[in-house]
Amino acid sequence: MRVTMTVNGEEVTKEIESRLLLVHFVRDHLGLTGTHWGCDTSNCGTCVLWMDGEPVKSCTVLAAMAGGKEVRTVEGLATDGELDPVQRGFMECHGLQCGFCTPGMMMTARALLDRNPDPSEDEVREAISGQICRCTGYATIVRSVRWAAEHEAAEKAAACPARPECGAASDGAEEGVR
Amino acid sequence: MQVPAPFEYERATSVDHAIGLLDRLGESARLVAGGHSLLPMMKLRLTDLEYLIDINELHGELGYVRVEGDEVRVGAMTRHRELLESDVLAGVFPVFREAERVIADPVVRNRGTLGGSLCQADPSEDLSAVCGALDAVCVVRGPRGERLVPMVEFHRGPYETALGQGEMLVEVRFPVRPGGVSAFEKVERRAGDWAVASAAAAVWLDGGTITHARVGLAAVGSGTVRVEGITEALSGQRPSEELYTRAGRIAARSCDPATDSRGSAEYKRHLAEELTRRTLRRAVAGTGKA
Repeated sequence: MRVTMTVNGEEVTKEIESRLLLVHFVRDHLGLTGTHWGCDTSNCGTCVLWMDGEPVKSCTVLAAMAGGKEVRTVEGLATDGELDPVQRGFMECHGLQCGFCTPGMMMTARALLDRNPDPSEDEVREAISGQICRCTGYATIVRSVRWAAEHEAAEKAAACPARPECGAASDGAEEGVR
Repeated sequence: MQVPAPFEYERATSVDHAIGLLDRLGESARLVAGGHSLLPMMKLRLTDLEYLIDINELHGELGYVRVEGDEVRVGAMTRHRELLESDVLAGVFPVFREAERVIADPVVRNRGTLGGSLCQADPSEDLSAVCGALDAVCVVRGPRGERLVPMVEFHRGPYETALGQGEMLVEVRFPVRPGGVSAFEKVERRAGDWAVASAAAAVWLDGGTITHARVGLAAVGSGTVRVEGITEALSGQRPSEELYTRAGRIAARSCDPATDSRGSAEYKRHLAEELTRRTLRRAVAGTGKA
């Protein structure tokens, strides 16, 4: 069958088998290997990408089901060569060790911050509760997401200084960094 | 690498279209909603289907929570996340939000649906117990129109429903009666796992006296979405610890859990009893976390 979808802003059309899973479509057919393929049972969350703006476990979605939809993978996080605050947070706070869970973690974190720009530590932990870091580096992952939240707020405030209410600049913006 | 066996993919664009496809393609066709139960089964080659009918486009038609008269109507394509976030639902039935908080994880809840959960008819699935406890009625539509099936008759056995040829679940209705309170409890090995056992309780009170009470259980054998005998034992009485204990014993007697990697049959039976007591106690105390 033929499937057409938008991936990271670009329309792609491919001839596929209907049983092809979305994770293999982006990795093997589009060469976007940033999305990782892990447990294959929707437990580990390393395959998380966005479909129409929501994080989904792409090992449990058919590529056919993504037809006509907007898919965003970790390759689509950075804009114009500028890393997303979430990506910078993971760098600054050592949010990754082996890096296997990282793409899924970052896609979930980005979606969380879009809905809730100032999540508590508990809210971050809840958001990533369907994802596994086998290095057990959860503390630094949570810290990375908090770093992103704080810097994003500070950057928004700096971008429009005349209207301080449009960003929650915090003096403790560096708190999360070790 | 787990790959489903080959099948033909069809996408339904309306309920009528889906029913038409089901009717035409016969028993070799199955609907897929969120897919988080069916796709894993297909990957493990535990299903035998030739046609997969994707009904995700019906979310516009079947994704809703509405209060109509003295009932709450929930569309079959309403996703877990929407059920969790619905203030209307949590206000009337706290048990819903309590259950949704511990069903799978937030990313899976973005996809999974109420209808998919009930139609999977997995005896370990939590929402079925919630629907059983709330005396839910399933609205089933087929080529010859609509019929209503009480939740307690919707599951015919593990992975088997009352749906006939060409039929699909389109809505679930929950009667709203005055004085209703409810609660959910689940014991799981780790966050987002299937239950070792879970219980949903709903109690209706009038001036401090119980007028109606229900308990639904999950993961303790099949046929437990509504434990029989609870309302008979509790109606007309004033809530008390003794009463909750009696209900707990009925629940323990009514279930038939199996020993597996999640726990022994004995432990699960103990949980059925204890979680029944806890949910009833918490429902009546009005400490549902909605």
